[in-house]
Amino acid sequence: MIRAIGRVTLRRLAFAVPVLLVVSFALFALAKASPFDPVERYFGVRIIGASPERVAQLRANWGVDEPVVAQYWAWLRHAVTGDLGDSLSLQQPVSAVIGDRLGWTVLLVFVGFTLALVLGLVLGTLAAWRHGSWPDRLITGSCYALEAAPVFWLGLAVLYVFALQLRWLPGGGVTTGAEPVSVGGVAVHMVLPVAVLAISQAPWFVLFVRQNLLESFTQDHVIGARARGLPDRLVVSGHALRTSLLPFLTLLGARLPELITGALLVETVFSWPGIARATVEAALNVDFALLGALTVLATGVVLLGNLLADVLYALADPRVALDG
Amino acid sequence: MADLTWRPVPHSRLTAAGPPRSSRRRSVMSTTVLAVIALAVVIVPLVVDLDQQYVDLAIANRPPSFAHLFGTDELGRDVLLRCVYALRVSLTVGVVAAVISAVAGTAVGALAGSIGGWFDRILMRLVDAVASVPHLLLGIVIVAILRPSLTAVIISIALTHWLTAARIVRSEVLSLRARPFIDAAIVGGASRSRVLMKHLLPNVAPQVLLATTLMVPHAVWHETALSFLGLGLPPHAASIGNMINDAQRSLLSGGWWMSLAPGALLIITTLAVSGLSGVWRDRLNPKRRTELTW
Repeated sequence: MIRAIGRVTLRRLAFAVPVLLVVSFALFALAKASPFDPVERYFGVRIIGASPERVAQLRANWGVDEPVVAQYWAWLRHAVTGDLGDSLSLQQPVSAVIGDRLGWTVLLVFVGFTLALVLGLVLGTLAAWRHGSWPDRLITGSCYALEAAPVFWLGLAVLYVFALQLRWLPGGGVTTGAEPVSVGGVAVHMVLPVAVLAISQAPWFVLFVRQNLLESFTQDHVIGARARGLPDRLVVSGHALRTSLLPFLTLLGARLPELITGALLVETVFSWPGIARATVEAALNVDFALLGALTVLATGVVLLGNLLADVLYALADPRVALDG
Repeated sequence: MADLTWRPVPHSRLTAAGPPRSSRRRSVMSTTVLAVIALAVVIVPLVVDLDQQYVDLAIANRPPSFAHLFGTDELGRDVLLRCVYALRVSLTVGVVAAVISAVAGTAVGALAGSIGGWFDRILMRLVDAVASVPHLLLGIVIVAILRPSLTAVIISIALTHWLTAARIVRSEVLSLRARPFIDAAIVGGASRSRVLMKHLLPNVAPQVLLATTLMVPHAVWHETALSFLGLGLPPHAASIGNMINDAQRSLLSGGWWMSLAPGALLIITTLAVSGLSGVWRDRLNPKRRTELTW
C-alpha cells in the first residue's frame, strides 16, 4: 500500500514538473510577445530626456534583448534558488511580496474551505435524508441561486448588511485603525470574508453530497441495512454516507482552482491583505515577474491538491488501484 | 424506473432518488425568462428614447421609485436602463467567447480523438496542464498582456474555456469510433477527413451545442469578475462587472440599489440558461439524468 502511494506520488510529481515548466515558459513567452517593454516602463515619460547610453546600459543589464530561451533559462536558474526577481509595481523582491501576503491568503482559504466542507456535508445529508421536503427544497433552491451569484456581489451584500447597516462585524482589513495585529482582532475581521468564501463554495458540495446519498440509498448494502431494521440515522451515517463520500475526496482536489479564484475576489471585496491586491496591481502595471510567480505558485498548489486527493482516495478505498 | 427496483418502505423518509422535478415546467419557466431578457436586451435600446449614458446630477443617488424602478446611480443614470445595456454587453461577450472556445475545443478534441496515439496523448496532457492553472488567474495574465479591452476579455475567456469542449468532443469521438457505422465508412473507402467531417462531427454536434450553452454563464461570470477587478471592459462601458464595481463606492454611503439590480439580473439569467440546458441534457442522454445539472 505504502509503496503504491509512493509510486503514484512519484508519477504525479513527474507530471507536475513538466506542467510547471510549460506553464512558466508559456507565461514567459507571452510576456515577451506582448508589446510591453520593461525598460520603457522603468523610465516612463523620462525616457525622452534619458541619455541613450543609460538606456542601452539598462537594456544590457536586464538582458531584455536576449532570446526568450536564454532569458527563461536565466529566470529558471534563479527561481530554483528562491530568487524570483523584483516586482516592478511594488518595488520589492517578488519572494518578499509573496511571503508577506501568502500567509493571509492561506489562512482565509483554509478556514473558508473547511467551513464549506462542513456545510456541504451537513446540509447535503439533511437535504438527501429529507428528500422532497421543504428543508430539502430550501437548501437545494438556495444552492442553485448561490451557484449563480457572483461571489463578489455576495460579498458586497454581506458587507452592506452586517458591516455597514447592523455594524456587527468589521468590514475590511485585519485590524481596526492603528491597532496592532492580534489573534482576537484577526478572528473578528475574518468572520465575514470566511463566511462569504464558504457560502460561495458550499453549494457545489451540498448538491454533490445530496446527489450521491440519494444514489447510494438504492444500493444493496443500504437496502440490506434497512431490511435488517437498523434505524434511519445509522443507515445514513454508517452505510450510505460512507460509500458516497469516496468520490467526494477527488472532488476536493478538483475544486481547488475555483477556491483560489473565489479567494481572490473575496479578498478584493474585504480588503484582505492577501495576494489578491498584489495580483491586480501586478496585472494593471504589467508586472510580469510578480504575475508569473503567482500563476506558477497557484498551479503548483492545484497540482499538489490533486495529488493529495488521490492519495487520500487510495487510503480510504483499498479497492482503488493506484495507476493514475 | 426507480419504482421497479426500489419500493420505499412505508413510514420512512428514506426514499430513493425519484424522478426529477417536472422538466416541462422547468423548461417553460427558463424559456420564458430568457425570452423576456432577450427581448429587453434587443428591443429596449431600439424603442426607449433615453440615453443610458445620460448624466443628470440633479437626480443622482435616488433610491428606487416609480420613475426609476431600481433607482439612479451616482451620476443620475437610471440603474435599470443601464442594467439592460450592461446585460447586452455581458451576454454578447459571453456568447462570442463561448462560441470561439467551443470551436477551438472541438477542433482540438476531434483531432485528438480521431488521430489518437502520441498526438492524442500530447494534446490531452496540454489540456491537463492548462486546466491546472486557475481560470481567473490565467485570464488576468492574458488581459495584462493584451491590456484591458473588449477583445482582450473575449480572448482571455476563450483561452481558458476551450478545455471543457475539447474533453467532451474527444471522449465522444472515441466512443463513436468504436461503433460499426464508422468501420463501415472506413471499409467503404472514406478518407480520414471525410469520416471526421461527415460522420464524427455531426454526431458530436448536439453535445458541443449543449456545452457551448452551458459555457455562456461561465463566460459572463468571467467577464464580470475581470471587470469587477478593474481588468475588464473600459470603465465607461456598461457591463455587469463595471456596474457592480462602480456601485461598490456608493455602497459605503448607503446606495444598496446600485449593486442589487445588476447582480440579481445576472443570477436570474444564469439560472434560466442552466435550467434550460439541464432539461436539454436530460433529453440528450436520459441515462445520465441528474439533478446536479440544473
